[in-house]
Amino acid sequence: MKTTATIGLLVVLAIGPAVFSCNTINPDTTVTTGKLRITFDNVAGASDLKLETGSYQNAAGEAFTITKFNYFVSNIRLRKANGSEYVVPQDSSYFLIQEEKPVSQMVTLSYIPVGDYIGLTFMIGVDSLRSLADISKRTGVLDPGLNDGMYWEWNSGYIFMKLEGKSALAPATQNNTFFYHVGGFGGGYDGKKTINNLRTATLSFNNDVAKVQTTSTPTVQLTTDALKVFNGQTKLSIAEHSSVMFDPYSTNIASNIAQMFSYTRIQTSL
Amino acid sequence: MIRVGTISPAKIGFLVSASLFAVVVSCQTRQNPDPKPNPAPTQPGGVVYQATPVTIRQPANFPAITYQLSQNPPTVEGVALGKTLFYDPLLSRDTTISCGFCHQQFAGFGHSDHPLSHGIGGKFGTRNVPGLQNLGWDREFFWDGGVTSLDELPLSPIKNPVEMDMVFSDALNRVQKNPKYPALFKAAFGSDTVTTARFLKAISQFMLTLVSADSRYDKYVRKESGGALSADELAGLALFQQKCTACHATDLFTDKSYRNNGLPVGPIKDQGRYTITLNEADRLKFRVPSLRNVEKTFPYMHDGRFAMLEQVIDHYRSGVVNSPTLDPVLKQNGSSGIALTDTGKKQVVAFLKTLTDDTFINNRAFSAN
Repeated sequence: MKTTATIGLLVVLAIGPAVFSCNTINPDTTVTTGKLRITFDNVAGASDLKLETGSYQNAAGEAFTITKFNYFVSNIRLRKANGSEYVVPQDSSYFLIQEEKPVSQMVTLSYIPVGDYIGLTFMIGVDSLRSLADISKRTGVLDPGLNDGMYWEWNSGYIFMKLEGKSALAPATQNNTFFYHVGGFGGGYDGKKTINNLRTATLSFNNDVAKVQTTSTPTVQLTTDALKVFNGQTKLSIAEHSSVMFDPYSTNIASNIAQMFSYTRIQTSL
Repeated sequence: MIRVGTISPAKIGFLVSASLFAVVVSCQTRQNPDPKPNPAPTQPGGVVYQATPVTIRQPANFPAITYQLSQNPPTVEGVALGKTLFYDPLLSRDTTISCGFCHQQFAGFGHSDHPLSHGIGGKFGTRNVPGLQNLGWDREFFWDGGVTSLDELPLSPIKNPVEMDMVFSDALNRVQKNPKYPALFKAAFGSDTVTTARFLKAISQFMLTLVSADSRYDKYVRKESGGALSADELAGLALFQQKCTACHATDLFTDKSYRNNGLPVGPIKDQGRYTITLNEADRLKFRVPSLRNVEKTFPYMHDGRFAMLEQVIDHYRSGVVNSPTLDPVLKQNGSSGIALTDTGKKQVVAFLKTLTDDTFINNRAFSAN
């Protein structure tokens, strides 16, 4: 285990400079850049997601409402038709999408090299490098004290996805509420190994193209289906698992989460 | 109401320590921090922000410091701010509990005579308050090592519902609005805006100055004056080196590992390191604590079950309980525990008391203003 941790750190050390060199390349004035927006429309199956009021049913046939739905999107990479990728500089590539904060559901990426992009890849969660970074490099949504409870201060690490709600199937001792908090970036120092619930999602824009130009900004609209938290490879049952936090079972939910994103359309504004 | 009765021993303790200061302060040599004044660059027009660097002491008998000082260079102003925050009960919901409430200097920054941590509203935690010292040499914190950065450490007690029970943003807001803080933040960081990073780094800077390295044992190994050990203490040291340093290694007196030392599982059924790693092999394992100032940090073990050092040694002599994760060093040659005669036990206890660092315990630089 120590060896894996050491290798992990070495990888991190090797990737670190690479990322920073990307950073320095990015504001290069010789590359013409524009903007690209990504929107996350949270839904529950065929219905729009409505916190508190919407009533939904999972594959296990359990009825419930959702009261909170938050997730981190990070390490965004944009793909061109020739297979090359543009890696969004890490310092501007962490976003916390919160259903209760509509403004958080649109992400604007600046200084994107002009070009035609046909797909994207992103991480759901916060990578180990940033999770272990100096506290002053973790501001905004990464501030461990001020990010609306998306951090485990007792077991240092971000909560990647938080879904909470109410259901008659959840125990009365929990006031009929259920909690799914998924996190765990795989480790830490001194051989600390934990579950790794980091997942990535890779989406194609089908046959559409996001044309980034200095004068026009494409908006890539994505849909996030909260029901996929329940209905993935693992059929999550509220009655059987009404509270999953830092727990081996959470890896099943993490794999479900990886499947909750889909591409909808691209709109271009001038 | 309930707490009035339970606080008073602590208050008595503070009074005792305060009166000790009066005695000790006069003959105290300044050990730390060790300021290195920098001449402020002269620029015409306006005040220039210039904090005075502090060098964190690197004792000759310690390994190299682990904390990345370059990410948070300590300054006189930063340490002063950190100390003010450390002793400020404003950081708890009902403004009664400061960090220093549970981390008492006279008790090696542990909570004297409290087996389990004891916080807001008289509530109890599930573990014994660890003493604070030599934190720059640690990269993991708490009995289970859950926290992986000194800078993040204060988030946990501030937010814990049985410790300070504070919404962290409220803590920052209170500090921002308190008249004494803007100037302290400005002096330490060049800005009076309270941010998470500045708040936490200031507390780190203060904690980093809590270096304990002037016990009689330290003077003995560094061949300094005042380092004479008695025959019993020397015999205890020899026994300690023979039987205890597999875990309590180096002059930090811990190898920073997590081990099951064979304590019978208590009613709390604390699973220790397992809670953090979810690895079955980590069940019932707890961090090997340093033994520095161990005479002052009673009670002992993660749940404070032993009040006296003699009880701790008796546990290792005859109380070790076998279980799948019991540490291999405690089950050698077909028997559990550590063999030690009654005389040997007295000698080891005598040696452990040479690890008491009165200079540290009484250093006014570490005390509330």
